[in-house]
Amino acid sequence: MSLYQLSKLLYVLNRDDGAKAQFQQDPGSFADGFDLTGEERQAILDHDIGLLYVLGVNGQILMHFAALCGIAWADYLQMMRDGVEKYGPVRAGLYAMTTALDEKVAGL
Amino acid sequence: MSLVFTGICSHAPGITARADLAPPEQRDAFYAAMDGLRRDLAASKPDAVIIVAAEHFANFFMNNMPAYAIGMGANYSGPIEDPDWLKIPLRKQAGAPDLGKRLVSEMLHTVDVAYCEEWQFDHGIIVPLHLLDPDNEMTVIPANINCQGPPLTPLHRAWAFGEAIRRAADAVPERIALIATGGISHWPATPDSGRINEAWDRDFLDRWLANDKDRLLAYTDAETYRDAGQGGFEIRTFIAAAAAAGGKGTLHCCEPIPVFAVSCTAATMEIV
Repeated sequence: MSLYQLSKLLYVLNRDDGAKAQFQQDPGSFADGFDLTGEERQAILDHDIGLLYVLGVNGQILMHFAALCGIAWADYLQMMRDGVEKYGPVRAGLYAMTTALDEKVAGL
Repeated sequence: MSLVFTGICSHAPGITARADLAPPEQRDAFYAAMDGLRRDLAASKPDAVIIVAAEHFANFFMNNMPAYAIGMGANYSGPIEDPDWLKIPLRKQAGAPDLGKRLVSEMLHTVDVAYCEEWQFDHGIIVPLHLLDPDNEMTVIPANINCQGPPLTPLHRAWAFGEAIRRAADAVPERIALIATGGISHWPATPDSGRINEAWDRDFLDRWLANDKDRLLAYTDAETYRDAGQGGFEIRTFIAAAAAAGGKGTLHCCEPIPVFAVSCTAATMEIV
């Protein structure tokens, strides 16, 4: 578990156009610049929003990664719910889901 | 010269990014209130607008997280988000490095603020700015309170930060306006996005409109998290605005809009 490094990768990616270009050209080499576990690295390469959420990534960073990956808002919210269903509750970080899996709160 | 205007408003990215998905009546009521805020702000003829926001890991990260920060840059850019996603075009906004330096110098007497000559605006600043300064005419001094990555600054320090803004604004010859942006209860960018505790929001706004310092500072972070989510920590920006203005508030809008993830709020406060 290296949530700080995983979050840092997304922070850098969100704010730096050069980093975005590198990520899009060679995501594996971009990910190699951070000290990630195999699971974290794969979650980035797979754009696995659900797993990234369960690993504890703050939504304020994660939502921009989802946008970068072309994921629409409604799908982004659902992917986090699906992640909790598939991988179990949020494992680390600050904030865990407070609504039930099938609860509809998004206003969509 | 002095603080000439104080307002608060929401900054949720959905306000622009998902405008087409909101119930039109609620959305239009909020947009109308923001247009009123825009007119009132312009009528105060500010030389610079301090925008106190609670940004979201655009500039400040856990490698070096200031509790308080003020911009001293010559200019700023934003949004940091994809402009097509946020539906706000990229802009370069004029800053005020000399004025910022004088404000920071005064504020440091009571609050240890970090200063920043670089700053990329995220939705916390650019959404309000897009609505309040659509033609990019204003000079902006961004300010930030860490409301995202705990440990967070205590509420009484947010009050002290607001007092320091007021003292600094009153000490310079320029006309200074203050806009504080944030959500009240919300669970932004999580699966709970859209959950809103309207009763809690109304109660908070009652305290804010009355400028009841004791009741504004009475929340613990555990209570806020339980009742208002992690987004509720952003009450710090509104508390700072109340401390700066010192008077009573007027509420122009409070519409809970789940697809925007917050009770969309616009209010002003008398400066005394």
